[in-house]
Amino acid sequence: MELKEKIRKFIESNLVVFEDEAEFSDSDNIFEMGFVNSLFAMKLVNYIEEDFGIVVENDDLEISNFNSVNRITEFIESKQPA
Amino acid sequence: MTVTESKKEVKCVVWDLDYTIWDGTLAEGDNVQLKPGIKEVIQTLDSRGVLHSISSKNNYDDAMNKLKEFGLEEYFIYPEIHWNTKSSSLAAIQKNINIGMDAILFVDDQPFEREEVKSVHPDVTCLDAVEYKTMPDLPRLNPRFITDDSKRRRKMYQDDIKRKIEEEAFEGPSEEFLASLNMKFVIHEAKEEDLKRAEELTVRTNQLNATGKTYDYDELNAFRISDTHKLLVCELTDRYGSYGKIGLALIEIKEEYWHLRLLLMSCRVMARGVGTVLMSHIMQETKKAGKKLQADFKKTDRNRMMYVSYKFANFKEVSSDDEGHILFENDLSMIQPFPPYIEVKIL
Repeated sequence: MELKEKIRKFIESNLVVFEDEAEFSDSDNIFEMGFVNSLFAMKLVNYIEEDFGIVVENDDLEISNFNSVNRITEFIESKQPA
Repeated sequence: MTVTESKKEVKCVVWDLDYTIWDGTLAEGDNVQLKPGIKEVIQTLDSRGVLHSISSKNNYDDAMNKLKEFGLEEYFIYPEIHWNTKSSSLAAIQKNINIGMDAILFVDDQPFEREEVKSVHPDVTCLDAVEYKTMPDLPRLNPRFITDDSKRRRKMYQDDIKRKIEEEAFEGPSEEFLASLNMKFVIHEAKEEDLKRAEELTVRTNQLNATGKTYDYDELNAFRISDTHKLLVCELTDRYGSYGKIGLALIEIKEEYWHLRLLLMSCRVMARGVGTVLMSHIMQETKKAGKKLQADFKKTDRNRMMYVSYKFANFKEVSSDDEGHILFENDLSMIQPFPPYIEVKIL
């Protein structure tokens, strides 16, 4: 499965969204669409670290790296060995 | 399905820890004491070939050390000790032991936990911890055949014991389950009668305390009365009843800033979204007052989840020292709305 697909699937199954039937695009801001609480935050970080073998440093923990499918995908790609 | 109705033998009992195997809440620094006779119950069932496991929301090392202290550690296989849902723990235990869900008996003192497990695994039998003394006499816990293999059963599984770390693949309760709880979260400024409990919260809540600071009654009372401080208390109620006062926040009011000096949540209500609600409320009030928001934070090796939460709430590090003390700042450009499944009342 393509990287973007995987991220999308993860978000769809874990984020509590404000509007039930909301569809979101790869560039939509997930922090505005759903309730990002400590649970989802940790889950997302752990998922990225474990499934993609990356270490998320404290400095990486900027919302801009995680607020859409596109941004998460870019972040993972930037961290993986070339 | 009650314990007496189903006929199938129970192959594994999954135990909660706080207020189930022992009295007290370990993570809040209680000097927990084993419930009278519980060791004998566990040993009796073990000698019959019944397996035991754990599903507890606690720090793994602390809980295992405490079980070791009580001489009980060896009886449990595949312990699930972390902050995820108990339903996910049961799923992991079932998979690890490779038995049917209907061969599991789950013992917990909290109706919330028993219901959460039942909502995901209807075949699991759930027992209120208060009934532990009746367990050895229950027909489903009296297997027809007890062989030498039965007595060795636990030891055979122990070779496969895997340790689950707190921060591994995290699973949260489903949205439907959360909505069915009718959670009501109330935030208000502390009154004098709240102070005793507030003091207790600062002394007991170590892991979910952003700065690790404690305050006594007089200090808190001074903050409560002071014009330059706001002391907020939070209470949570759900379908099962009230959790009492479970959160505290201390804000220092400065000329340009509101400075969050203390933020803590009781670990009993962790991972339900209330911490984020409290934070959003503070951010909204700061914005209304036309101020900017700063927050103190002390990094420890146990509070990564809290650190991540602050970062995801749009706090940025302004400064930090060698001992993990951090000053955070938030420009309030991104404030999360309250989730649909919690009713929030600001008094």
